[in-house]
Order: sequence, then structure tokens, then C-alpha cells
Amino acid sequence: MGLIDRRMGIFLAGLFVLTVAIPYGNLAMSGQPVPSYVVSLLGKYLCYALLAVALDLVWGYCGILSLGHGAFFALGGYAMGMHLMREIGDRGVYANPDLPDFMVFLNYEALPWYWHGFDMFWFACIMVLAVPGLLAFVFGWFAFRSRVTGVYLSIITQAMTYALMLAFFRNEMGFGGNNGLTDFKDVLGFDLQSDVTRAWLFGLSGLALAAGLLIAKAITDSKLGKVLIAVRDAESRTRFLGYRVEEYKLFVFVVSAMMAGVAGALYVPQVGIINPGEFSPANSIEIVIWVALGGRGTLVGAALGAILVAGAKTLLTGWLPEVWLFALGALFVLVTIFLPKGVLGLIEGRQKGQSASRERAAARADGVDLEVRPEELRGEEVKS
Amino acid sequence: MSIQLALDGVSRSFDGFKAINELSLTVEKGELRAVIGPNGAGKTTMMDIITGKTRPDTGSVMWNQTIDLTEQDEAGAARLGIGRKFQKPTVFETQSVEDNIALSLAGERSVWASLFHRRSPAEATRITEILELVRLEDQRSDQAGDLSHGQKQWLEIGMLLAQDPELLLVDEPAAGMTDAETMRTADLLRDIAGKHTVIVVEHDMEFVRALDCRVTVLHQGHVLAEGSLDHVSANPEVVEVYLGR
Ligand SMILES: Nc1ncnc2c1ncn2[C@@H]1O[C@H](COP(=O)(O)OP(=O)(O)OP(=O)(O)O)[C@@H](O)[C@H]1O
Ligand SMILES: [Mg+2]
Repeated sequence: MGLIDRRMGIFLAGLFVLTVAIPYGNLAMSGQPVPSYVVSLLGKYLCYALLAVALDLVWGYCGILSLGHGAFFALGGYAMGMHLMREIGDRGVYANPDLPDFMVFLNYEALPWYWHGFDMFWFACIMVLAVPGLLAFVFGWFAFRSRVTGVYLSIITQAMTYALMLAFFRNEMGFGGNNGLTDFKDVLGFDLQSDVTRAWLFGLSGLALAAGLLIAKAITDSKLGKVLIAVRDAESRTRFLGYRVEEYKLFVFVVSAMMAGVAGALYVPQVGIINPGEFSPANSIEIVIWVALGGRGTLVGAALGAILVAGAKTLLTGWLPEVWLFALGALFVLVTIFLPKGVLGLIEGRQKGQSASRERAAARADGVDLEVRPEELRGEEVKS
Repeated sequence: MSIQLALDGVSRSFDGFKAINELSLTVEKGELRAVIGPNGAGKTTMMDIITGKTRPDTGSVMWNQTIDLTEQDEAGAARLGIGRKFQKPTVFETQSVEDNIALSLAGERSVWASLFHRRSPAEATRITEILELVRLEDQRSDQAGDLSHGQKQWLEIGMLLAQDPELLLVDEPAAGMTDAETMRTADLLRDIAGKHTVIVVEHDMEFVRALDCRVTVLHQGHVLAEGSLDHVSANPEVVEVYLGR
């Protein structure tokens, strides 16, 4: 067994080569074969990959189809963005040492209480974990205890991110309204525009992805991981064995939300902006597509799916922007029908020379399950 | 002998239909009890009530004369020492036979305990013992979903034994088994009784006879008769609603 099986080993080795080669090609080689924008672009993909791993942990292993994971990503991003805003200091357009430009513009007298502490990097780092973690805890505590499952749970996670989007769009919330937070200058004193800083951020994203994968693997390999799969496949049966299903769901949901928060925090300095659009329901649905496409319940597949789809999106939106959404939809439909184990299943199935039909039969057992079971509909059995 | 389980005046209706109606039933510690009755008599619903899945509208279900089970949820009842085998065999299909047993094995159920769990030699031995007992040692690494219906029944019995519960509720264990296997199940349950309390629901009269224990006949959510199999078989009402068909 071991934490690093063949699949994980190959992926991590590839990731390592990438995180060394890309900065090298950008900084150290003559003629700069890797342009700077590519470094940030790939860094962004790695953040998406971490986000996909976070979703796979709850969806692939515990059957919680969250359609709101973009919210945890965005909250982590906002926490980091708030620090970057404070770090601008008096170098903003209005040269106010305490208030970010948008607050001066909106006639704020003083910094809102919830902005305090974000001038300190360590505090922002804690918030990157704590804010998504706390939201996931409160949300999950109510949802899982009242035994909301399946489609209903998916819908309320979607509603959660939608509500947050509307809230963050409001100027009165104090997060920069629809412009969000932007015009960052530096982080820990390093210029965010410099190639070296960007290379570091890229490397850190690679490291975070590797760490996220290993943490998720350790969780899913443990007995707890087996309980999660048991919950995914036969929730009620798991309860009769004495497991408090809601506690297990809550644990994995909170861990996943924190992981998504870290992904968001690394994403923001690389793209240079965070705005309420990150909360949009469509974003969260895209994460699900990454995971389904890469291979649900495989962790590595989820990361791969995110990178592939994000890459395809960059290429396609460059050539034919109108086509992208249709292409994404078509891709999703085709993958669910023909590749129920995702791209990873395709690659590994090839290697093992297994017949496609057998693969498909095995996949059906743990495939995408949006069915509503009758027992979930019997309201009277639901306890709070 | 002390009382393990006592249902007193339990009723439960679904959309006006009384699935359980003023049901009172006492089972002693270490007793083996068979529950029979026509389809829809409320046998499974009775188990749902004992295991915290369904809450009764009225009545009490006392555990060891001290704890009211109607206030427990499923995990709570399981942690008190109530294990259950379902009418429709329910195993964890995408996990190995061995892992199905490992998940059921008695022990701490908290999140932290599971996260840091290491299988002890004693647990490994116990898993092997159980797999041998239910004759699934050759299927140890197979996916549970690939087992036949009868094998799934055995696996679920194995899971039940792994839990080492004080009370075993066994709903139609013989369905899908061969005659020889049915008799083996009966032997197994007779062996377990004494150390554990066992309540078995079954339609197979050969099987019930082999259990050689006190029989409760349920009809329309109510106890119609109770006593030895011969005693209840002689009851004209029982013959009319159930045995005579
Ligand atoms: N959750 C529920 N919602 C609605 N009706 C239910 C529910 N549970 C049980 N019933 C009804 O209660 C009655 C008793 O069902 P139960 O399953 O307990 O019967 P049984 O004695 O186990 O029958 P069988 O021998 O067929 O297994 C049935 O009419 C069933 O439809
Ligand atoms: Mg039944």
C-alpha cells in the first residue's frame, strides 16, 4: 500500500519536474523559452487542481456532491486578497495608509472591524483556513444533522455560494463590491510583478497541490476513508454499525473546504484579482466537471481533470470564445457516457489492457449518482 | 434471567395505516426468539423501532430495563450493543469482503479513532476467524458487490458477528440460501444464543423449527400468539392468517 502508489508516484514526479522546469525555463534559460504569463497561467491551473482534489475528497469518497465549493475557494482568496490590499499601504491612488482605495472612494471613515489583523501575513494565513473551515462547519453541522442528502444537499450548497455572491457584490459588505480586490503590489515585500516572485508562487502552488494530494490520500487510505466510502455507498447501513455519519461528513467537508481555501489564497496573487464572480454557481459546477472528467474518487484524476479542462478553456476561449461553454457541456456529457471512470480510467484501462466493457461495469457501481432514494423522501424518518 | 428488551404498548402508523399496533413483547438475556407472521405484519418495522430508525408514536422500548431505545438514533442503538442484519442484504458493495468485516469489527467509532486506526494483530485474527466461520476466506479480497445473493447473506451475518453485539436482530437470513446453508445458519444462531440475545424473523418454517426456540407470531402489528412452534401452530387463528395459506 503506502501513501505513494504507482498512480500518485507518477503524478507527483511529473508535478515535480514541472515545478522545476517551468521556473527554470522562465528565469534561467537564455531566450526565455517559457514566457512569464505562462508561469502564472500554469500556477493558476495548479490551484484549480488543488481545488479539484478538495472536491473529490467529499464527492468521490463520501458522496457529497457539493455545488458550492467555489465559495470556499473564493473565501480563501478574499482572505489573502485582504492581506495584499493592506500591504499596498499608502502606495494606493489615494495614498491612505490604512484604508484601501475602494474604501476611501466609498467614504469609509475607518477600517471595518473584520479587516483588522489582515495587515499581518500570518493572521491572513490563519483566516485562509479558518473562514472556509468555519463556514463549512456551520453549514455542514445543520445540513448533515438534518440528514439532507443527494440532490437536496447539492441544491443548498449551490444556494450558499449564490447567496455569498450576491452579498459580496454589495459595496456595503466592505469587500470592494463588484470590482473586488485588486491592484496588489507585493507580498511579504516581494514585488508581485517580478518573475522571481511569480516563479515562487508557482512553485508554492505545486507544493500545495502535492501536500493536498498526500493529505487526501492519507485520509482516504485510513479506516476513516473506508467509513467515508461506506457512507457514500450505503449511508444507512453505516449508521447501523454505530458510526455517526454526520460527524464523518462534517470532518471531511471541513478539511475539504480548508483545502479549497488554500487553493484560493494561492490563486489570488497569481491572477492579481479576486471579485464576487468567483462565487458564481457556474464556477462551482465547473469544478464538478473537472473531477468527473478526470476520474471521480481517484484524487490524481481530479487534479488531472482540472488541468486538462482549464488548459482546454484557455486555448478555446482564445480561438473561439463563443464555443467554450458548448464544448464544456458536450465534453461533460460525452465523458459521463463513454468514460465513467474519467480520463484516468481511460489511461489506466489502456495500460492494463482491460476490456472496455468490464471497466464500464465496474464504474457503474460507483458512478455518478444523482438518484433520489425513496428513504430520503420519507420526511418522517428524518431526525434533527 | 434478566430482561434484555421490553416493548410496551408500541404503536406506529404510516399515513393512517397502523403498521405496529399496541405491540408488547419481552425478550430475556441470552434468549433465541423467532418472530413469524404474514407479509406486512410489521416484523421489519418492529426492528426499525428497536434500532432507532423509526420512532414509535406511542409506547416504550426498554433496553436492559434502564434505557429507552426510542430516544436513540441508529448509531446510538448500535453503540449500546444492538446489531442488525437486513432483510435485503446490505453490504458495502465497492469494498472488499475483508474491509466489510473490518468496518464492522467492534471498537471505537469516533472520527479520530478511525483516522488513526491501525489494525491490531488481535483484530486481524478476528477477521480471519469470522471469514472462516462464514466460509468467505477465499473471497477475502473480492469486491463485496461481486458476491452471490447467498454469499452476501453470509457476509452480512459475518458483519453482524464482527460487531459482537449484545442483541442480534436478524431479518430473513435464509432467503437466497440453499437448504444446507439454511440449516447451517440455524446452527450458527443457536450457537450464538446464550452468550448473545438473538431475534430472528423468518418465513421458512423448516428453519424456524431448526431454531427450536420460543416463537412470536405477529399479525397486523400485534402479537397474535407466543410459545413453542408446536403451540402456536396449533392455534387456529395463526393457522388462518399465516400457516394455513
Ligand atoms: N417507512 C415506511 N413508510 C410507509 N409505510 C411503511 C414504512 N415502513 C413500513 N411500512 C408499512 O408497514 C407495514 C409493515 O411492514 P413491514 O416491512 O414491517 O412488514 P414485514 O412483517 O417485515 O413483512 P415481510 O414479511 O414482507 O418482510 C407494511 O404495510 C409497510 O408498507
Ligand atoms: Mg420484513
